[in-house]
Amino acid sequence: MSAGAVGRAHPRLEGPEKVTGTARYAVEYPLDDVTYGWAVPAAAVRGRITRIDPEPALAVPGVLAVLHHGNAPRLSPDVEAELYLLQEPAVHYRGQLVAVVVAESIEAAREGARHVRIEYDTEPHSTVLTADHPGLYRPEKVNPGYPTDTSEGDFDAAFAAAEVRVDATYRTPAYHNNPMEPHATTAQWRDGRLLVHDSNQGSTAVQAALAELFGIPRESVRVISEHVGGGFGSKGYPKAAVVLAALAARQVDRPVRLALTRQQLFGPIGYRTPTIQRVRLGSDADGRIAAICHDAISQTSTITEFAEQTAVYTRSMYAAPHRRTTHRLARLDVPTPFWMRAPGECPGAYALESAMDELASACGIDPIELRVRNEPTVDPDQGHPFSSRNLVACLVKGARRFGWGDRDPRPGSRREGRWLIGTGVAGSSYPARARASAATATALPDGGYLVRINATDIGTGARTALWQVAADALDVPPERVTIRIGDSDLPPAGVAGGSMGTASWSWAVTRACQELRDRLGHHSGSLPPEGLTVAASTADEVRAQRPMARYAYGAQFAEVRVDADTGEVRVSRMVGVFAVGRVVNPTTARSQLIGGMTMGISMALHEEGLLDERYGDWVNHDLATYHITGCADVEQIEAEWVDEEDADLNPTGVKGLGEIGIVGTAAAIANAVRHATGVRVRDLPIRLDKLAGSSPFA
Amino acid sequence: MQNRSGSASVAGDERSSPVAFTVNGTRRELTLDNRTTLLDALREHLDLVGAKKGCDHGQCGSCTVLLEGRRVKSCLILAVTLDDCAITTVEGLAGPDQLSPLQEAFVAQDAFQCGYCTPGQLCSARGVLDEIAEGWPSAVTDDLTGAVRPTDAEIRERMAGNLCRCGAYPHIVAAIRETAGDR
Repeated sequence: MSAGAVGRAHPRLEGPEKVTGTARYAVEYPLDDVTYGWAVPAAAVRGRITRIDPEPALAVPGVLAVLHHGNAPRLSPDVEAELYLLQEPAVHYRGQLVAVVVAESIEAAREGARHVRIEYDTEPHSTVLTADHPGLYRPEKVNPGYPTDTSEGDFDAAFAAAEVRVDATYRTPAYHNNPMEPHATTAQWRDGRLLVHDSNQGSTAVQAALAELFGIPRESVRVISEHVGGGFGSKGYPKAAVVLAALAARQVDRPVRLALTRQQLFGPIGYRTPTIQRVRLGSDADGRIAAICHDAISQTSTITEFAEQTAVYTRSMYAAPHRRTTHRLARLDVPTPFWMRAPGECPGAYALESAMDELASACGIDPIELRVRNEPTVDPDQGHPFSSRNLVACLVKGARRFGWGDRDPRPGSRREGRWLIGTGVAGSSYPARARASAATATALPDGGYLVRINATDIGTGARTALWQVAADALDVPPERVTIRIGDSDLPPAGVAGGSMGTASWSWAVTRACQELRDRLGHHSGSLPPEGLTVAASTADEVRAQRPMARYAYGAQFAEVRVDADTGEVRVSRMVGVFAVGRVVNPTTARSQLIGGMTMGISMALHEEGLLDERYGDWVNHDLATYHITGCADVEQIEAEWVDEEDADLNPTGVKGLGEIGIVGTAAAIANAVRHATGVRVRDLPIRLDKLAGSSPFA
Repeated sequence: MQNRSGSASVAGDERSSPVAFTVNGTRRELTLDNRTTLLDALREHLDLVGAKKGCDHGQCGSCTVLLEGRRVKSCLILAVTLDDCAITTVEGLAGPDQLSPLQEAFVAQDAFQCGYCTPGQLCSARGVLDEIAEGWPSAVTDDLTGAVRPTDAEIRERMAGNLCRCGAYPHIVAAIRETAGDR
């Protein structure tokens, strides 16, 4: 029955629009009478606004309004504290968006924003996470609903009795998502209805939040997100820009375009929390782990609890009879952390996969062999069977492709001129989940098909993948299928995040197309002019999934060279091999995996939010001072996958691959740097001063 | 395109100036707020939204266009300074009915994901190819006086000012290399 579109490489459908500049993003739709909003950040860390004087701003030619908590339209307080914007004088962190200037031009709005006078009563603040912060507490659960702590067997006794022990603390700094398109919205009200063009990872949730915030029916809100310039988690839930734009448009009764500035993306829209992680591994001399423990500390804000699931990775990755994981949080006067590519798994894997490398060295065992020896047969956490687990296959295939076999494991054993050369490997896993979605499929009288689902393509290739899936489910050539996504008027679907997009959406698309085929089989005569449409939802099927350990796996290999004089680290090449179920479109899949690994290079070597405790804000809050990996930083990255069929996932058999690429990458690089230099860096990023100053290195 | 911004409120006073330049071969006459950047002039006054605003700060390269054939960051240039200049944006790279070889290569190599940095990458790449053809050396050119070859190292170095958070760099380099080879 399959037409064979799934699995075939295909350039992304919107490619021509994206290379000609005709793909329109959130604030790029032509509009009459448009105005411009500019958000104003708080200049206090903790306290209350005692006075706002908008007059100097209103005196700027072209400025129409200054919105603040004293005059903004009222919002429902029951939706989400983060979105309760311009409603209260309280300031919870520096940079909180506390006013919006609306003007006839961008220039006037920007100038006006400089002239809003705000006075504060301030209180002492605490903004720096430490391992002994007095406010550390145990949250009720960690994201997105996991138990906070887990324990099995007797870790302490088993660790004490182990022949080989690793006990190390790893630190990761704050990371900022920085999609290239900032959070941006065009909002317009017409007859009590709200239309927004918004940059987000799921407009169904944005529609729901706006309806509740403004107290209007969902049907009165439409959110269009045709093209989205990246998100990496930061647009996974409605954020400030869309709410501020809707408030401003209501206030001035004209359309408003509002984009956050690049500087405003360092805080108000979330970031990856800093972490402090202690990992302990106890094994026998052959590297068989008896005791494993991962204690993670991270931060949240005073507004909303965000509990990064940092140690959850360790619960299911490697076998050990005695195991424990804990999470503790400090509630600081900082912006609320949020999702960033593989939240939890990414920083957690840096710690555990580094510790595994330390254990391999301590035991004198090859790090791939160490992982093979500690491969579990069932999920060590819940005892459930794995729907499929191909970590070892990834390690083996990757080792062959990378040329791991002839590696001399001694640190500092390879030098070419001024470069010390090393190689490293890490494992990776990420949950393979799906969420309920709905879709419709329509057979048109002209022989074409229309498939509608409110999926979002943030650059993943979702539009193209769903088009391929639909063609196969309809058993027609893909050229006869039109796919429509990115509009809340379409059947509701879940977020483009958590590596759940294609799994969730392709499921609904498949069901709608299958049911349409059934209906057409019973239909006689010609189709009506509007075509024949069927709707499908996967809510029941998704709910009925049996409990199982469903994970994507991967193995990243890195070769680095380190300048023996300066400590400069270059990643000469990387190979990643992944087990991600069925690959719908090899073209876009490869791009996404390479992109994840690239962001992993960035995490390992470049990114670091540096907080100034006095002012409670990141000092480096732009793209010159917060370096993300650039073209000159990337030399050679290959991504491949193993053939994997998994019948316990979803009809298409996909696991999702948005996150798995980044998960183990930073550890692979840190392990390679250790191999090159003998220096183990346990606090990212691996800056040259951490290498050049070390005695083993010299 | 009807757009009240930057015209009704400021026209005719010392805060605005007339300017005339050519964009993608078409002459444009505008009266603009003196503070209007080339990027905002293109996006908000000419409905040429290809050039993107990623940072408005000259740090990301998303707004790259060609000014008199050379790549510039349009967010750092005031539009009223550009009298009689010729500007090419991503909208001007394609022929009337088909993509340019560079654009074709970007699509074929999947040299982008979200597409937001892509117009800047393309304009920058166009500039890079011309700079290499004209023999301009870069920081990684070994022989400063000889011909420059479009090696991966040259392309990576010259494209370093155009950030891509999706991480399409290997494919961007491949697309540019492929296009250079066709010349």
